[in-house]
Parts: sequence; C-alpha cells; structure tokens
Amino acid sequence: MSDYLLEVEHLSKRFGETAAVEDLSLRVRPGEIYGLVGPDGAGKTTTMRLVVAALRPDRGQIRVAGVDMQRAPEQGRRWIGYLSQRFSLYEDLTVLENIRFFAEVRGLSAQEWRSRSLEILRFVDLERFQDRLAGQLSGGMKQKLGLAIALVTRPRLLLLDEPTTGVDPVTRQDFWQLLIQLVHAASEPVAILISTPYMDEASRCHRIGFMRAGRLIAEGTPSELRARLNGRMLEVRGSPLSDLRAWLQQVEGVEEVHSFGDRLHVRVRQGYTQAVLDRLQQHPSPSPSIRILSARPVTPVLEDAFMAFASNQPVESEP
Amino acid sequence: MSETVIHVENLTCRFGDFVAVDHVSFQVQRGEIVGYLGPNGSGKTTTIRMLLGLLRPSEGYASVFGFDVYRQAEAVRARSGYMSQKFALYNDLTVWENLAFYGGVYGVHQRQQLEEVLEIVGLQEHRRSLVNSLSTGWRQRLALAIALVHRPQLLFLDEPTSGVDPLARRAFWDLIYRLAEAGVTILVTTHYMDEAEYCQRVGMMRQGKLMAMDTPSALKAHVLPGPVWEVFLQPLEVGLEHLRQVEGVLRVGLSGDHLRVLTRPEIGASDLETGLRHAPLKLQGIQRSEPTLEDVFLTLAGKEEEDR
Repeated sequence: MSDYLLEVEHLSKRFGETAAVEDLSLRVRPGEIYGLVGPDGAGKTTTMRLVVAALRPDRGQIRVAGVDMQRAPEQGRRWIGYLSQRFSLYEDLTVLENIRFFAEVRGLSAQEWRSRSLEILRFVDLERFQDRLAGQLSGGMKQKLGLAIALVTRPRLLLLDEPTTGVDPVTRQDFWQLLIQLVHAASEPVAILISTPYMDEASRCHRIGFMRAGRLIAEGTPSELRARLNGRMLEVRGSPLSDLRAWLQQVEGVEEVHSFGDRLHVRVRQGYTQAVLDRLQQHPSPSPSIRILSARPVTPVLEDAFMAFASNQPVESEP
Repeated sequence: MSETVIHVENLTCRFGDFVAVDHVSFQVQRGEIVGYLGPNGSGKTTTIRMLLGLLRPSEGYASVFGFDVYRQAEAVRARSGYMSQKFALYNDLTVWENLAFYGGVYGVHQRQQLEEVLEIVGLQEHRRSLVNSLSTGWRQRLALAIALVHRPQLLFLDEPTSGVDPLARRAFWDLIYRLAEAGVTILVTTHYMDEAEYCQRVGMMRQGKLMAMDTPSALKAHVLPGPVWEVFLQPLEVGLEHLRQVEGVLRVGLSGDHLRVLTRPEIGASDLETGLRHAPLKLQGIQRSEPTLEDVFLTLAGKEEEDR
C-alpha cells in the first residue's frame, strides 16, 4: 500500500463557467492533520465532496488508501469518515440512538455497533450523556457527537469540514486533543483533512494548503509559511492611526499597511526592513499632525502570510 | 473629549435559574470600536438584545445615548443599527430593491439617502445584481448598508465577517474604521479571536460574565502572567505530558506541529530545555511567541475556574 492515505493529483472540477477546483494536488500521510484553508467559495467543500466521490472530477485522480475513487468508490469510502459542515443530528434521538442510526446506515451489524459505540463515546468523553437527547447537548458536545459518528466505522481518512466553528476555546482545546490522539494512535494512525476559513484553526494543523478561487496557492507547515515573511512584518503605533496609515503607504519599501485595532501592521519588501525602521525611528513626527509612538518587527501571523500569497505579490519561495 | 454612548452597570439577565448575563458593567465612548468576544452561548447576543430594548434586564441598568434601554427603547433603536450574522436578505431581489425595502421599514424614502449608503459600502456598481449572484463579501456589505440606512450613530455588528476571504475582510474593516472616524460608535460581537484583533478594545465573555475589557495590547500585556513559547519537539504527546511537570510552566497546549507553552515570567528557554533533558523525546527548538487573544481568553477562563 502507498505511503499516503489520501493522494489527489491534478484535480479539476468546473460548474458551468466557474472553476470550483483547478489543478489541485495534495497528499496526506497517516498521522498527519492537513488543513485546507481559504474563504467561503474557495473550493474546500467541493474538494471534500470530490474526495468522497459524491462528485465526479472533470480531470485528475483521487486515491484513498490506494483505492482509485473513480474506479471503486464504494471500496474507497469504507476508509473514510466524513463530518460535513451542515451535518445534522437527530435532535429528538438520544446520543446513543444517533450513533446507532448512522452505524446501521453505514452497514455495521447489531453486534458490532454497540461495543464500538461505547468505545467511541468513551473516547470523546460523552459516555455519561449517552441517554441524553441530542437536541439538549451544548455546541461543543454536538461537535463531539458528530465526530463520534464519523468515527464509528473505524475510518483511516477523516474529512472534517469546519469542525469547531462557534465552540468555546476551552472546549476546542479538548476537541483538538482528540484529533491529535486519533492521528497518533499507534495501531492505526489516521489521516485528517480539515477545512477552515479561520487562521487560528489553521495554525493547529501539521501542514496547510492555502486555497483561493479553486487553486492551492501555497502549501507548507504553519511555521514554514509564516517564516516566508520573516523580518518583513512591522507593528507601528501612533496617532492618528488613519493619517499615519495613509502616510506609511507612501514610504519606500512598504508593500501593505492595514489597521489592526489599536495599531498598524506593515508588510515591507524583502531587504527594506531596516531602512523602513530607521526612517520611522528618525522621524517620529513625519508631519505636524502625525506622531509615531513605536515601530518594531513582529513575528508574522498566518493571516499575514495568506494576504501576501493572495495579493499577487509573489512571495519568494524557499530554495 | 469623550462622550459616553453605552453605559452598562451590573446588567443581568436570568432565564429561570439560568443566568445568561451576570452583573456585567462597561462603557463605550463615541467613535470607539469595541469587540465583545466569547463562544456561542456566553451571553453576547443576550446583552445586545437588552441594549436594543428587546429584552428586559432582570437586574442592573443600561443606557444608550443617555436613554434607558428598556423604558426608552424607541429612542435607542432610532439611533442604532444592527447587522446580524443571519441577516435575511431577499435573494431574488436586487441590491437596490433590498436597500429600498429595508429603507422603507425605517421610514427612509429619499433616494439620495439610499445612494449615500450604497456609496459608503462601495456597492454602486452592483446595484442591479440579484443578491443570490453576489459573493459572501458583497452580501455582508449589503447587510451593512441596510444597517446604516437610517444613519445610526451606534452600530451593532454580529460576527460581521464570518466566512469571508481575508482580503474582503480587511476591506470590510477599513469601512468600519472609516465609520468610526466619522463618529459612529461600533460594538462587534464575535467568537473569532481573529476578528477581535481588529477592535480597539475587547471584552471577553464567558458563561455570562465579562472577564475583562481592554485594548488587545493591554490584555496581552497585563492578563498573561508570563511569556508564551513555541516548543518544537517529537512526539508531541510525550512533550505535552513532560512539559506540564516542568517547574514554572503554567499551561501547555497542542498547536499543530508544536506545543504552545505559557510560563511564569522568570522562566527562559534554557529552563524549558533543562526540564525536558531526561524526557524520551527529540527537542527541535524553542522560540518566544507573540501572545494571542486566545492565550488571554484561556488564561482568564482558567482563573474563573479556580475562583469557583
């Protein structure tokens, strides 16, 4: 069997005039959490639907655990657990009844589902709530139940479409802890493909691909992607912010300025960091009305990286 | 010169035994952009509903532009705009038709006033587009236009840019900053740390309580007891277990390919390295990280749990 649980090669899918997915290639290993990161409409959900063979690609190939999804979709799907964004639980069934329903739909026999369900409920820490109606669970618990259902058939490839939207950060930590345990399970490490429009979620993945208009515009670990902008992001404080911002946009070497609450984030061209910093420090009052209070280099965040990739100013790729 | 637009004192809302909003107090000045950050169910929307006079406070007091929010709700609503995340736009009507319809609801009939709003949000060229042909970013702008149609001086935004392209989000926020410069006061509720970073001050809500409210920089500087580190090592779970035992480590969390560690102020990278010396793992690197609002939120939530 191949080293990858998911292999996508040159995948393309059009809907009429729109290229929903365009020449997309990616691979996910066992033990890896891969984040597909981009705004609504970037092609994330279409990619997932192509992977589960709910849609037919126009071009390209998908293999799940080595199985060609166009030739043998049924066989491939056996390896997949899918938690879709618009996943709906039966609110008037209990936690256990929900799992049973979905287990039977997926063809698990009566003997199999019960022990497996209890095992999974223990894993997601919902055992105590097995008789509670799904409609009476908190947001975080519903998410965990959704995950439990996706796991009932022991998938090796887990597809999660925006799983922790709106969940308490404390609960979200727990959810991610579960994902990490899953991918690291020594006996059967799982591969996870997760989609999200949020950078704080993306930063938790092992590897991410930035998607925009159907294309993968950059790929790497979160640290690698951020590192491509190392030394090129400055934080500037001063007043009034709007005037300061307009002035900064004219400074030589400055690529982009944006307001960030009580401060500005400035992206400078490669090699201009010191020049821009010197200029700001030597002239703290570039015009009678503007005052610069501080300017310092900051560690780029993922959003800075996404912006740089998306704004057509190509970021030099690593050698 | 500051002018208080929102004044909230010990505001409380109970539904039976459940305390949805628990003795919350804060003030918002004219032209400020204040974020109200918390997970779903933490009391954000309940607070907004009380501020708009839609829900009677069980206890406490709130005023907007000096008007009592419950007894003078009409006066408050005439001066406030509300953009809800689940705003109902008519998909089979054009941009202009939607605007004219909602304008009518507020008693705004002058073409000039509608044009003005369309221009503020930059939708002039899409006026004849059907709503269902617009991208999420443009729809959000139309929802904003509708919230602005009666020229409110206070704007409530409920998760305004969820699901929007980061480029479109920044453009949207530029609009918000311009409105604030023109004197409009803005209260943004959100559960996204990303979005809260754009606000001038941020209040953090959890389980009905306002845990803190300050500028993002001040929250990071004052709430966190010490520095945040990114620790790269393999395997992560082994690192997680061992780091929790290291003297001076306050919190360890998983973050993709590394661990995020909050320590007491006197701890340095070398202390962490020493603490991990005998652990069965491969240490690849330790670096200082910029604190995030999520670090702040988790720290405040941890304190709340301890106090219980």
